[in-house]
Amino acid sequence: MAVKGFLREKSLYLLLVVFALVLPFLITDRYVFQIVIMGCLFSICTLSMNLILGYTGQVSLAHAGFFGIGSYSVALMTKEGVSFWLALPLASLLAAATGLLIGLPTLRTRGSYFAIATLCFGVIISVVAGNWIEVTGGYTGIVGIALPSPLFFPGIGPISFQTMVAQYYLVLAFLLLTLLVMHRLVYSLFGLGFMAIRNNEILAEAVGVNTFAGKLLSFVVANFFAGLAGGIYASLIGSISPSTASIDLTFNWLIYLLLGGAATLAGPILGAFVIPVILDQIQFLQGYRMIIFGILLIVVIIYFPRGIMGAISDLVRRARACYERGKGMKRAAAG
Amino acid sequence: MLLQVENLTKHFAGLAALSAVSFEVRESEILAIVGPNGAGKSVLFGLISGLLRATSGRIFLQDEEITGLKPHLRACKGIARTFQTTALFDQLRVVDNLALGYRLRTKSGFWATLFHSPGWNKDKTKTTERVEETLDFIGLTEKAFHSVSVLSQLEQRRLSIGMAIIGEPQIVLLDEPTGGLVLQETELITDLIRKIHQAYGITVCLIEHKMRMVMGLAERIIVLNFGRVIAEGTPMDIGGNPQVVEAYLGEKYVA
Amino acid sequence: MQLFLQQIFNGVMIGSTYAIVALGLTLVFGILNIPNFAHGHLYMLGAYLCFFLMNQYGFGYWISLVFSVVIMAMMGMLVERLVYRPLQDRPQMSSFISAIGALIILENGVIVIWGPQGRRIPNPYPGIVKLLGITMSYQRLLVIVSAIALIIMLQIFIKKTTAGMTIEAVAQNREGAMLVGINVNRVSSITFAISAATAAAAACLVAPIFMISPTMGAFLGMKAFAIVILGGLGSISGAIMGGYILGLLEALGGGYLSAAYKDVYAFGALILILAIRPTGLFGREVS
Repeated sequence: MAVKGFLREKSLYLLLVVFALVLPFLITDRYVFQIVIMGCLFSICTLSMNLILGYTGQVSLAHAGFFGIGSYSVALMTKEGVSFWLALPLASLLAAATGLLIGLPTLRTRGSYFAIATLCFGVIISVVAGNWIEVTGGYTGIVGIALPSPLFFPGIGPISFQTMVAQYYLVLAFLLLTLLVMHRLVYSLFGLGFMAIRNNEILAEAVGVNTFAGKLLSFVVANFFAGLAGGIYASLIGSISPSTASIDLTFNWLIYLLLGGAATLAGPILGAFVIPVILDQIQFLQGYRMIIFGILLIVVIIYFPRGIMGAISDLVRRARACYERGKGMKRAAAG
Repeated sequence: MLLQVENLTKHFAGLAALSAVSFEVRESEILAIVGPNGAGKSVLFGLISGLLRATSGRIFLQDEEITGLKPHLRACKGIARTFQTTALFDQLRVVDNLALGYRLRTKSGFWATLFHSPGWNKDKTKTTERVEETLDFIGLTEKAFHSVSVLSQLEQRRLSIGMAIIGEPQIVLLDEPTGGLVLQETELITDLIRKIHQAYGITVCLIEHKMRMVMGLAERIIVLNFGRVIAEGTPMDIGGNPQVVEAYLGEKYVA
Repeated sequence: MQLFLQQIFNGVMIGSTYAIVALGLTLVFGILNIPNFAHGHLYMLGAYLCFFLMNQYGFGYWISLVFSVVIMAMMGMLVERLVYRPLQDRPQMSSFISAIGALIILENGVIVIWGPQGRRIPNPYPGIVKLLGITMSYQRLLVIVSAIALIIMLQIFIKKTTAGMTIEAVAQNREGAMLVGINVNRVSSITFAISAATAAAAACLVAPIFMISPTMGAFLGMKAFAIVILGGLGSISGAIMGGYILGLLEALGGGYLSAAYKDVYAFGALILILAIRPTGLFGREVS
């Protein structure tokens, strides 16, 4: 029975990947395409946030700060003539390294102290971004960031990223990479270690899990991907400002993640696509939108802490239990 | 001599929970630590497992000093324990809990996991093997994929013991393994402990309140009261020791 | 020299605000162990209520202040009841997230009603006095004096009244307090009420000096957290001292080093000090 479930999952994944690959041929509207591209980028952000929050149980409010480090790094490097393809990994590593520096002192403390320290760090990033005019351009930010330079594929020739289709495949590729990494990390003994930290830190220590190392690692890896997403964002959008590192972004991703379903791999992606679309649809509500989201956040964390995906898997489990019970009763009646 | 505790003292804001406690645990023995409530037994386990920091004193495992080591390192060196209030990972399943117990014997770290290295595969197979073995040993094979939260108290107790032994530890600290269980369940757990001791020869150190159970299971007993060792010896010695009897307020065990 | 003294004065004034806000937060975070992330936004709402009453109904300054304090006390209790109490048995992470929801509601609620731009509360005491070359506006002096009065009142309340001692009892031993019949939920409500009320008072006192805006509480709330953690969770003297120290640091640093980065001092200090002492400056080790 467990095997059957697993197979079903694999084919579902395949279906989704195929769907994602043919998507450009189904979409003609530029605006929708933009939303999809942003959805993919934000998915990388929510997936990485999920690693710290959903799986390891730590609240990091500096996520947008690392996104910002990634964007500004790529922006500055490409402006100096460095190729995007070199700047991106460097920027991601820089974000990861900064994460290490910040994580080392702050992860030794209680969870709530860590959360506040990350919040403070995130604010420091955005304040520095806004005031270090010589480097970051202050509140006007940096404009005219180049698109990723064309890639040469043997046999196909150069692929430029001028078109939205190409940009979409670029972002999709990185999203799939992020998914692969997360999947491998989470569905392993290693990932169990993260969840152990989340569930019961003391017991985790007692069974030999180095909780500090685990928290630090999930933090650093998550920040790597935040920086990665930021770097891609800078290049595709072309201009960035301190708002790229603002706490509001972190709060947004937090909402996407929790509504979609933390501690799952589908939840963050679901949230990152569905919620912005809903937000877009209810533009007419203007200021009330965010109030609704604030209320939603509270309601979800109190009554539906596992988000939409959690609700779905609960439903599935209940349905399966009903089915099994029904089968059992039939067997009992027959035998 | 496997574990040695030397002059261990623990103060909590001026209150002495343990004072100059010294004893040793011999290889492959079953040692019981008994004493009235508040005698400092759980504190002692906390100090040995590393979750508490000693105010003074030293602890040695196989002649190696472990006094300052962090809990997870002590676990890796072979100290396993259970907790008084059954501590399990209740968000996870039975197999996950056991796998976590075995995790410290695996070598694959971040990169091995990321790239599914051959070492990672080996760890995976070995873990699955060990988990199946232990499931069988503790009798929870049917409930393998259930969430911990649906287990009965007895089953949870068996699982926590299973988690403690799956990593092939040198010594297992069982903190009131039969606490809150009825007579039949107590016998089952006692049998399980005996089975473990016979099968693996693991050194067992347990804290218990139920004297009858202890007398039948332990080879040696150490009695604590008010944070000090007041008696040490075989069940026979302890049963007749007037100080011990006094500590338990006249609850004399008739051998 | 004059600049120095002026900055000292400003620092003491700002420090007074920080001290009161941090005090309110340490009561809730230190005693109830609730990370009330929305504390800064309750402060902000207090200022807006004062503005609303003065602007819409033409109430006098002091009446508006009192009304704001009373209403915010009730708001505090409401927040505790709706946002935090349902999560009291869950890990602290959930309370944090719930708090974020609360602050989003507060900030955007204010924007919806009064707009995103800053507003002005007319200064009820516009005069100034010059002493030792320092320019001291009456309003700023009022802030300092009121803050000291508030702090003293609060200390008396905690140490001398039954309600205050009950709060201390809960802080020291929650289960023990429940066993002797103390209604812990009621204590939570009252503590939150005090916390919000003092924040509102501080906000109303400071509001005529600066503009009020929907985001005025955000940074303040975070700084309050930094102060509370560094000063020791639950330590009232730590919160007060920390508030004044930060106020002085910002004023002096802003005056001599860089005005743009002065907000960052508190945050940088927090990270640095946590690196050296993970339990905070005066914190107790969690066993």
